[in-house]
Amino acid sequence: MTGLLGRHERRWALAIVGAFGLLALLPLAVRRDDVLNFVFLILLSITLAESWNIVAGYAGQVNLGHAAFFGLGALVARTLWIGGTPIAVGLVAGAAVATLFALLIGVAAFRLRGAYFAIGTLALGEILRTTVSNVLPEISTLPAATIAAYRLTERYYLALALAAISVLAVAGLAGSRLGLGMRAIREDEEAAEASGVGALRLKLTALALSTGLAGLAGGLFAFYHISYYPSHPFGPHWTFDALLMTFIGGVGTLHGPVLGAVLYVVLKEFVALRWVDFHLLIFGALFIAIVLLLPGGLVQAGERFARWGRL
Amino acid sequence: MSVLAQQLLLGLLLGGLYGLAAAGLSLVFGVLKVLDVAHGELIMLGGYMAFFVVALLGIDPFASLLLVLPLSLLLGLTLYWGLFGFVVRADEETRVKNSLLIGFGLALALHALAVQLWTADERSIVTPYGGAVLSVGGLSIPVVRLVSLALAFALIGGLHLLLARWRWGKAIRATAEDWQAALLTGIDVRRAYLLAFAIGTALAGAAGTLVTIGYSVSPSIGLEWTLKALIVVVLAGLGSMIGTFVGGLLLGVAEAASAAAFGGPYREVVGLVIFVVVLVVRPRGLFGR
Repeated sequence: MTGLLGRHERRWALAIVGAFGLLALLPLAVRRDDVLNFVFLILLSITLAESWNIVAGYAGQVNLGHAAFFGLGALVARTLWIGGTPIAVGLVAGAAVATLFALLIGVAAFRLRGAYFAIGTLALGEILRTTVSNVLPEISTLPAATIAAYRLTERYYLALALAAISVLAVAGLAGSRLGLGMRAIREDEEAAEASGVGALRLKLTALALSTGLAGLAGGLFAFYHISYYPSHPFGPHWTFDALLMTFIGGVGTLHGPVLGAVLYVVLKEFVALRWVDFHLLIFGALFIAIVLLLPGGLVQAGERFARWGRL
Repeated sequence: MSVLAQQLLLGLLLGGLYGLAAAGLSLVFGVLKVLDVAHGELIMLGGYMAFFVVALLGIDPFASLLLVLPLSLLLGLTLYWGLFGFVVRADEETRVKNSLLIGFGLALALHALAVQLWTADERSIVTPYGGAVLSVGGLSIPVVRLVSLALAFALIGGLHLLLARWRWGKAIRATAEDWQAALLTGIDVRRAYLLAFAIGTALAGAAGTLVTIGYSVSPSIGLEWTLKALIVVVLAGLGSMIGTFVGGLLLGVAEAASAAAFGGPYREVVGLVIFVVVLVVRPRGLFGR
């Protein structure tokens, strides 16, 4: 069974990374900034969704405070970068801070089970957001020299690299002993403990991996935007977006969050031309329908469809 | 000193609304074991109902409760039949998790719908006696907020009596206690669920009405009120409506005290910190088992 799952996921990983390879050629073929910005948004969303998918989809812990780690990554990377540190160092430092913070709170937060973990982390995210908006109320804008040297393609390739890393990380996890242990916890924590899986250790590992990637994504956000309020990346909508994309695509699968992210961003941008935030009405309703009727998301729908085709 | 007393008093008046907001959530959570994180959005909808009832009929804002309560009750029935009725069929652990997710989707959809229908602007109900103030021993008490507190307390008291005396109130309490035993004694558990959810939604509507009269309503108030209600439910525990109301008053006063100590912007943080600490110290959370 594991072998099968591994092979299945390897094939998807190859297909997705192949698609990323094609996207790497895009800036050579298309010189339009709007196209690159659009694909950038999809890539950032894929990274965010996959990072959330690790802790929620594989380890089964619905983290509603994910934005806190995205925000911490952005805060640290931006501060260091504007201070003169190379962005690569800023990104790594941001991810490190996000992970450390996650491990620190994880020990306490994982005493909570199921829905209590979810609302506890939601509160934690809001604590951080409110505090940051109080301490740093001023908008953060890049210095003029940095704006003059701004190259969109750099950001684009960084986004592509991070999306590839997150997909490969999930693919590696899905086929590994570690990932198997996480899924065991997701299905039944007591039974997993009883068969020798160290639940707390594995949950912390999942959280560390998930928040590290979220921190990197936050750093990318800080590198990409010319000006934004420091509390913006801490906003709960980042968590909600990741959750919607992951669930609609297929939670706990490799390719589900990728499909979800593409669909989400395409529809969001398309609808936003006419109505602000209308996409949330569509996705909110779709999400409810999926939780009730199709817990495996679009991926499950696709598999059912394929099975009918074979009959 | 009198400034501090004034702030604490305003906190107490706001706390009554926290208590009312939490009562509905507590009832639904305690009876159905369903965690409806769209509770704040139901409060928001109640606020808009009150706003339009007052705007269209031109009646006294507090009298709008007479219409908002039954309308919210209907909304609750619809939501139960359409959504939450499906959730309660699962076992308890799946139930809490699925209800959280569904409530979350509902919250997003209702928020987006409200923005489409009524724009993102803040609205509030202006009363002819809105500026009236009672002066007691150097403290000024806004009349509107005092009446709101009294009404909130009356509603909680009414609910308490309903649960204690009414035939179906007893059925609801029995279901909350142990639904299997309730089923065995011949109680229609599904009906008790339906009633508890509808009453919970009506309480949210009432809270929304009072929020819109004393403060203001906009499509985005939902998350904030859901969090307030959750904090109070965690603080007060389940089972006693009067206890929930007192928990709300406590949160209001604690927020005001912390705003006085650390500055206004941090008033939100203190409640959330209390919430996280209480949750972690009692990891089984709200049941306390």
